[in-house]
Amino acid sequence: MTTAVAPPDRQPARSRRRLTAYLLLAPAALWLGLFFVVPTVTLVISSLYDPSGSLTDGYVLTWSFSNYTEMIGEYSETLLRSLGYALTATVACLLLGYPLAYAIAFKAGRWKNLMLVAVIAPFFTSFLVRTLSWKLLLGDQGAIVDVLQAVHILGEDGRLLATPFAVITGLTYNFLPFMVLPLYASLEKIDLRLVEAGADLYASPLTAFRKITLPLSMPGLVAGTLLTFIPAAGDYINAELLGNPRTRMIGNEIQDLFAAGAVPEAASLSVTLMALIVILVLFYVRRAGTEELV
Amino acid sequence: MKAARRWLGKHVVLLFALLVLFYMFLPIFVVILMSFNDPASRLGYDFDGFTLDNWTNVCGPYQLCSSVWVSIRIGFAATALATALGTLMAFAMARHRFRGRSASNLLIFLPMATPEIVLGSSLLALFVNQGFAGRLGFWTIFVAHVMFCLSFVVVTVKARLAGMDPRLEQAAMDLYATESQTFWRVTFPLVFPGILAAALLSFSLSFDDFIITNLNAGQTITFPMFVWGSAQRGVPMQVNVIGTIMFLVAIFIVLGGEFNNRRKAKALAA
Repeated sequence: MTTAVAPPDRQPARSRRRLTAYLLLAPAALWLGLFFVVPTVTLVISSLYDPSGSLTDGYVLTWSFSNYTEMIGEYSETLLRSLGYALTATVACLLLGYPLAYAIAFKAGRWKNLMLVAVIAPFFTSFLVRTLSWKLLLGDQGAIVDVLQAVHILGEDGRLLATPFAVITGLTYNFLPFMVLPLYASLEKIDLRLVEAGADLYASPLTAFRKITLPLSMPGLVAGTLLTFIPAAGDYINAELLGNPRTRMIGNEIQDLFAAGAVPEAASLSVTLMALIVILVLFYVRRAGTEELV
Repeated sequence: MKAARRWLGKHVVLLFALLVLFYMFLPIFVVILMSFNDPASRLGYDFDGFTLDNWTNVCGPYQLCSSVWVSIRIGFAATALATALGTLMAFAMARHRFRGRSASNLLIFLPMATPEIVLGSSLLALFVNQGFAGRLGFWTIFVAHVMFCLSFVVVTVKARLAGMDPRLEQAAMDLYATESQTFWRVTFPLVFPGILAAALLSFSLSFDDFIITNLNAGQTITFPMFVWGSAQRGVPMQVNVIGTIMFLVAIFIVLGGEFNNRRKAKALAA
């Protein structure tokens, strides 16, 4: 006779506890159900409406899958460009963010908290105001262009603003903390004695990093790249403020289609973006071998 | 020479990290500098002269301060509801076993893994379908903001709960505290910093959101929407004053919290 036989009065207590759980859960779950799940379903349905409808006359569900073929045909280049920019920005974030997270975790000493605050602090100023200051920094009269022209990296009338470079710089800048924070959380948990053990076994610092630190930081790396790539792929603020008409991203098109009242077209483009992201993410998570994310 | 090389080798990562931090602060310097700018022309983007006018006349540009006020009201309202609902859910997730746990986890994770443009267009599709297309405004923005803040609140509070030592509550119970005494005297004070952090995060997410808001705002103008609209006509320098104030307030709160922690740690050690 062990604990397997519960005293008779334990049973109602347990079911009461379960009821408590559902009561605690219900309000938030209901909100997310009503304003996240239902809208997502509505978006998919809206993407199959007859495109000849309008906001004032209403729309008819005609299962017009042609919305998808038309939108993908028209915006395939923009879709690919968005994913390309987002991918480049993610790689740039990783190259800048990994050393920063590493330094905060292992090299900062008593400045650790201050450095962490410094990572987040700039992001309390409005996203748009920050992006506008990049417009100034990268502008044709800005110091960066002057220096680059003086050392002949940039030609006489070369410019940075309104180029893909400016858009990617903005994306990298705006999503960098989303890379640094998960990486830091992952790196900070690493037991340094493992690295020391590696060194004792004659691993060079580089080998120790490659075989011990890097694999142990994988969960943070995967989370960081996803948190950077996903919002970057849907962003249109950087493309609009720092780019030119040929650097438009898919977010610009979806926003403009909605603003013009073309709901079915905008919805199908939105669903396409989401589907592409889900496919890429599933593929990536499978390859990176981290399944404890969800 | 050799010593210098060794010093560099030892500190190269730290130096690089400081450079990256400089990159992150670069636009903030510009924002602060431009808040004192006296521009020669409306579309001018150069520092033409020093003035305090932008600070003394913050509300000068039409609709600037009213848009900030709209953002503050939405921020507070959305933060209050999202923090309340999210904290309850975090307790359920961290403290209870029940059927549908993994579904709940997914429900929290997915909104964070969806691009804002998709979240915003989904909500707009719903509002349009329900005949709210002409009534977009304060309340539709509020609904949207609570939705995307919720996940962040749940994750933050849950992390705090998971890091708590369950023995503290057991000790309270052993000392004959009732369930509600244990909760209000032990559990809640321990979780409170997590709830506060979640509320701060919610407010800054809400205050700063543009993409979702822009789709669901109708005629209502929030601060980010004001900035966006003025970007086409020439940004009034007062926008930089608001940006600087936001930065200073955030720094003040974060450093204040840090100072408070140190003081408490010292008081405990003494």
